[in-house]
Amino acid sequence: MSDIMDTMESTPEATTPTKPARKPGFTHRLWTGEISYDFVGHARWWYIFSAVLILISIISLAVRGLDLGIEFRGGSDFTVSATNVSSASLDDFRQAVIGSGVPDLDGTTVAAVGSDRVAIETRALDVPEQVKVRDAIATQAGTQAEKVDYQQIGASWGQQVTRQATIALVVFLVLVSVGFSIYFRDWKKAVSAIVALLHDMIVTVGIYALVGFTVTPATLTGLLTILGYSLYDTVVVFDKVRENTADLDDLRETYSEAANRAVNQVLVRSINTTVLGVLPVAAILFAGAFILGSGPLEDIGLALFVGMIIGAYSSIFIATPLLVHLRMAEPGMKQQAARVAKRREKLAKMSATATATTSAGPAYAVEMVGDDVQAPAVRQQPSKVSRAKRNS
Amino acid sequence: MAAVSARRRRPTVTLVVFLVVVILLLTIMALSRTWTPKLGLDLSGGTTITLTATNTSGAGTVDQASLEQARTIIQQRVDSLGVGEATVTTTGNNQIQVSAPNVQSDELVSLVGQTALLEFRRVYQVAQAVSYPDGQAIELPSVPASVEPRPTEPSTTLPTDDAGRQSLLTEQLAWTPAATDTTDFSEYQCSDSMPQVWDQPFFACLRSDVSGSQSSGSYKYLLGPRLIEGNLVTTASAGIPQNELSWVVTLSFDSLGGSLFSSATTTLAGATSPTNQFAIVLDGKVISAPSVSNPIPDGSAIIQGSFNQSSATNLANVLKYGSLPLAFEVSNVDTVSATLGGDQLTAGLIAGLIGLILVVIYSVVYYRGLGLVVFTSLVVAFGLTYTLIVLLGQSMSFALSLPGLAGVIVAVGVTADSFVIFFERVRDEAREGRSLRTAVETGWDKARRTIVVADAVSLLSAIILFILSIGAIKGFAFTLGLTTLVDLAMIFFFTKPLVSLLVKTKFFGTGQRGSGFEAEHLGIAATRRPRPRARALANAKEA
Repeated sequence: MSDIMDTMESTPEATTPTKPARKPGFTHRLWTGEISYDFVGHARWWYIFSAVLILISIISLAVRGLDLGIEFRGGSDFTVSATNVSSASLDDFRQAVIGSGVPDLDGTTVAAVGSDRVAIETRALDVPEQVKVRDAIATQAGTQAEKVDYQQIGASWGQQVTRQATIALVVFLVLVSVGFSIYFRDWKKAVSAIVALLHDMIVTVGIYALVGFTVTPATLTGLLTILGYSLYDTVVVFDKVRENTADLDDLRETYSEAANRAVNQVLVRSINTTVLGVLPVAAILFAGAFILGSGPLEDIGLALFVGMIIGAYSSIFIATPLLVHLRMAEPGMKQQAARVAKRREKLAKMSATATATTSAGPAYAVEMVGDDVQAPAVRQQPSKVSRAKRNS
Repeated sequence: MAAVSARRRRPTVTLVVFLVVVILLLTIMALSRTWTPKLGLDLSGGTTITLTATNTSGAGTVDQASLEQARTIIQQRVDSLGVGEATVTTTGNNQIQVSAPNVQSDELVSLVGQTALLEFRRVYQVAQAVSYPDGQAIELPSVPASVEPRPTEPSTTLPTDDAGRQSLLTEQLAWTPAATDTTDFSEYQCSDSMPQVWDQPFFACLRSDVSGSQSSGSYKYLLGPRLIEGNLVTTASAGIPQNELSWVVTLSFDSLGGSLFSSATTTLAGATSPTNQFAIVLDGKVISAPSVSNPIPDGSAIIQGSFNQSSATNLANVLKYGSLPLAFEVSNVDTVSATLGGDQLTAGLIAGLIGLILVVIYSVVYYRGLGLVVFTSLVVAFGLTYTLIVLLGQSMSFALSLPGLAGVIVAVGVTADSFVIFFERVRDEAREGRSLRTAVETGWDKARRTIVVADAVSLLSAIILFILSIGAIKGFAFTLGLTTLVDLAMIFFFTKPLVSLLVKTKFFGTGQRGSGFEAEHLGIAATRRPRPRARALANAKEA
């Protein structure tokens, strides 16, 4: 993976190789700050991007709404194995159900599940009606009634599921907010993490509304599990932020820069944990969608798949910049930033005289940094020195 | 570094202890001769019915004791069907779940969903019934051909005022069986169905499992119209009165029930056997038919007989059930044929296998030699999880459902994530210039906290989901929580000690090519810390 990344970057002459060794890996250069993306500096664009995502989500939710599964609407659902599933045979099933002698079945829907299964959904039936319909379906499919799977859901079931999910969500958010505030001893981190979490949930729900994926209780479970995942990523990033900002007193960098360095340093870790988390979920989604055609595997898989990717995005692009903005509003942090700037001015003067005397050549190179070149560029030099010092 | 090594755990010991525990669990599993997990009905085929109770008295919440009584009654109904291994459990605070494997479900659904009908009727005749063993009922016409079909709807309406009820009771006590009733009764078999209409006579057999004063046998009863309905019972309890030796059941009625019961017992006490008996009928079966020797005026009766503790408790429960302020709605019926169950199991297993392979491939490509550590750890973690699920299936009858299987698969990612956090930390430390051996220890110290917090968050969501979710989804939360705990145990007691040991070897400790610790891979070679130093340090320590 690092090799692929290498080709994407022009190699800076930042280091002076002592051996004809391979150039340092992408990971390493991220870690030293040699390659650095200014997540915090560009936060405004990502905020706008996320705001647009949220806006689209809310609009889709309002306009299109969610495609609620039978578990929320109530009804009876039959599934049967059938050969030669085609649009004509599906209509035969529909006619067979309507002609079963049970009234009010005009709203019956029939759908193919994969190539060898048919799903038939009717209004909620009582037991004798269900027996008739089941027999009709079995006859049509040329099988016995006990080979027909069915599910019957009372009208209040969906409300119960929704209510429980809402309670779970609220309890989780409260516990996590309290837990995070205690763990990080910083309510601003808790707020940032929760905002990122809400962002993930809204966008995931929005995607469901936009694409029209069916929402089932299994989807809700997936959604609630995402909460755990989204926080997992955020914990990793915030832990590094905490570590990097532990000694701001030595005026080498501001809180904002230290946090940005943290994000860059854990970037590979975040990518790896996300990929490793997504791989089994993708396998579940694959098995659910292609082997079974429908059901809880697909629903859980899809919700997790969408949510985990968004969770990884938000922990890096939303949670950390938000934390920085909250912290940088503190007077103490502003003063510290001012003192860092002053110290840099002094250092810049010194190095200007130094470069004049030594041979020419760039002492450092900066990649990927747009308009905000100055901060990471200056930061790199002293941080290198200090790290060597620390290790001696 | 001295400080670090002073409190170094001994990786070999930890590893051995952990493996011994794993082997011990495997042995328990081997001794019990159960090699596969108990499968949920969505994987093995069967019917799951969820009933939701609502409080009919308008008091709002559903009383847990009432729910438990309802569960017992439903369990008895399901058992009467003769389907093996059906379980009835309460879930949440207002639900009862019936699970029956491989059953033709229609009868089950209608039986489970029907409202319990408890009533008191007067006994007119008792006869020996010709009984057939369960499930071998012989097809007989339910109504003899010579006789008019019996009405299925009441022909009168029940008076709502107390005075009306009293005069109705007087009429009903004066009822005597017509000639057709006695002929029909002589033809009646226990397997026949008979409409149970409140103002009509009724034939019923004695339910053998809850026999009160009569010895368990096959009696059939010719009963008059209903005298008192079950919901007038306020409470019932089983106990041994002071200074007595045998079990009795105490029964109380509300004020209307009490006055009706008083009038009824007055009439019955003056009658001859068997018309001095009243039958307690539940769901079309006679539970008990005590005889009345004295009028009972105060609405509180004591039923005596040859009760033991369980039959007395059973009868009391039945009586209380009639007074339960609960109405049940069939919320969810889910039948999965054995074929579909098998398909779902296969799909789940395939998903797990694909997921595992993908994770291992990614780990090996990215972490080289360390990928093998990931692989070994995942295999051990899988073995541990599998064993735990098998053992929990036996001890707590935990059944692995499809969502549960999904939880296990998702957890593969969670487990791998912990390794990533650990390995990346070690690499960071190595980049800082530490020797690999030291890097493993200091990296672990820093990664540990992150891993614990991350797992705690996972566990928290699993616990909340488990407590608050409904139905099969609980299985997902359960396995997710279980595997998160397994993950914690693995990284602390297996992966970390294993890496500590491996880093002492030449291959890993000196960052040989392919080990995942090679300097180029870490990016060390090109910067300040050339490889020889790490090697020198490692050698120095060995010396």
